[in-house]
Amino acid sequence: MKEIYKVYWRRHLTIIAVLLAIWFTVSFLFGILLVDELDAIRIGGFGLGFWFAQQGSMYVFLVLIFLYVWLMGRLDREFGVSED
Amino acid sequence: MDIQTWTFIIVGFTFAVYIGIAVWSRALTTSEFYIAGSSVSPLANGMATAADWMSAASFISMAGIIAFMGRDGAVYLMGWTGGYVLLALLLAPYLRKFGKFTVPDFVGDRYYSNTARLVAVACAIFISFTYVAGQMRGVGIVFSRFLNVDIYVGVGIGMVIVFIYAVMGGMRGITYTQVAQYCILIFAYMVPVIYISIIMTNNVIPQIGFGGTMADDSGVYLLDKLDQLHSELGFAAYTSGMRPTIDVFFITMALMVGTAGLPHVIIRFFTVPKVRDARMSAGYALLFIAILYTTAPAVAAFAKTNLIQTVHNVPYDEVPEWVGNWEQTGLIQYEDKNADGLIQLNADPAINELNVDRDIIVLANPEIGGLPNWVVGLVAAGGLAAALSTAAGLLLVISTAVSRDLVRRTFVPNIKEKHELMTARVAAGCAVFLAGYFGVNPPGFVAQTVAFAFGLAAASFFPAILMGIFYTRMNMQGAVSGMVAGIVFTAGYIIYFAILNPEINNSEHWLFGISPEGIGTLGMLLNTAVALTVSRFTPPPPEEIRELVQRIRIPKERNG
Repeated sequence: MKEIYKVYWRRHLTIIAVLLAIWFTVSFLFGILLVDELDAIRIGGFGLGFWFAQQGSMYVFLVLIFLYVWLMGRLDREFGVSED
Repeated sequence: MDIQTWTFIIVGFTFAVYIGIAVWSRALTTSEFYIAGSSVSPLANGMATAADWMSAASFISMAGIIAFMGRDGAVYLMGWTGGYVLLALLLAPYLRKFGKFTVPDFVGDRYYSNTARLVAVACAIFISFTYVAGQMRGVGIVFSRFLNVDIYVGVGIGMVIVFIYAVMGGMRGITYTQVAQYCILIFAYMVPVIYISIIMTNNVIPQIGFGGTMADDSGVYLLDKLDQLHSELGFAAYTSGMRPTIDVFFITMALMVGTAGLPHVIIRFFTVPKVRDARMSAGYALLFIAILYTTAPAVAAFAKTNLIQTVHNVPYDEVPEWVGNWEQTGLIQYEDKNADGLIQLNADPAINELNVDRDIIVLANPEIGGLPNWVVGLVAAGGLAAALSTAAGLLLVISTAVSRDLVRRTFVPNIKEKHELMTARVAAGCAVFLAGYFGVNPPGFVAQTVAFAFGLAAASFFPAILMGIFYTRMNMQGAVSGMVAGIVFTAGYIIYFAILNPEINNSEHWLFGISPEGIGTLGMLLNTAVALTVSRFTPPPPEEIRELVQRIRIPKERNG
């Protein structure tokens, strides 16, 4: 395999790792494991833990995917592997 | 006009649209039949994926389930949306680059083995049939509730409609009907909810009204009010969790990973032209799904609060008309146990006087909101759109598994394209009839559909595909033994607790306190562990497979 593809793949894996860490944090950490602790903080009628469990985690998921599309578009162009 | 007439008109109109689309977009080649010729735009694919994904259960039952589970309902919300992050980052783009037609195609080619292909075919067919039986049942239920026709007739009508557009149009027909079905179902879901949000919280946006104050000028937050009503009736607070944390964790993970591993969802990403489109359409799909999924918990809280306030300690003769209407269908049952003429709700079943089916939370919305009769017809059409779109996607997986993976790739490799296409149509037709049969005579495990379909997808496909992309050294021996171990363990656990011994299906007997719904997570870990161990002691995959893996990791080869 060409050396440049290895560099591309390592950069790609870093992007995936960072985004999945956020994915895990908002859902499993904030929405499940730390939900009772976070409920002590209130935003309007929501406890923060409850909000992450039933609303916030889904908004973050959405942002993560579009962020991935954007980051990968940039990476593909930088390494000349973009389809355009 | 009365509700029935409106329902007939609206449902009839939507069916005419589906058939019109089928005629316009009929498939003429196998590529069009299997993957719509890879010519679907990311936006259309996002909508189609959302409709494909959101089933009768999401549309009709989910808000009600959340209303009765309280905070723990989040397992479905996070579980059924978080999987799209995994799909977008870990599976969809690479499978698009791989560029064949089905999930068993990938498993069979990547693991250079017809054994792997056949294991994948068996999983795909089993998962899809379990799931599709529930959808046909859903069609029958919507018909019988809204149009007072027999459940058999309802399933029969549903079969005819799906038969027409799935057999004729294949993936092309299904894709564009799903786009129409998404529009219908989301409109039907949102209209009554927005009205109820205004009634309950004076806020047009349900997601904001959910955390806002009650519309009665008391300044009390809706969720605080609901918690207070719950404690008055002897229930735990709505916003507190009841299930053990470990079980919530494992169920959420199993649903996420299972979502990413479901063949009818994965196959949708083969229909777009480019790798970038596959990434993008996962984003659009989640956007369209999240519109419904972030609304559902708000509906749950609104409807639950409204229900308790409307009926608790109210004389039976004075409750609103919709309570009586739904009492006739058997979905609401009242028994005046203490003979005081009032309705009392209570956590204790011995003195609770009103039993409410969870589906009421969505079905009675238009009447609770005081909306005109046509809105009820719209909700019926929405429920049917959700059930039919999912059923069609699943039937396509079954038909391609037969014509492509079994006939073309395994047993009759030199079949002519014309004959392969005919096989696909015949297989789709047979699958429709079998699904209809199961819809009318549901097998005993339909109630366990979720545990089965997601658990098996999580324990078989997800790890096999993931390691196929991210671990070049994974070989045939490892992948096959991993899949078999994952499936046997997961299916065995679900069958043992949910079917053979339902009387001990509780946290005291579960392994590590994990319910059958969450066991797919453990099955996935087992699959991975077995696969990694076995692959260490067996020969690495051939050189051309390693090149294949390198190729699918890159959207396009560099020039020079």
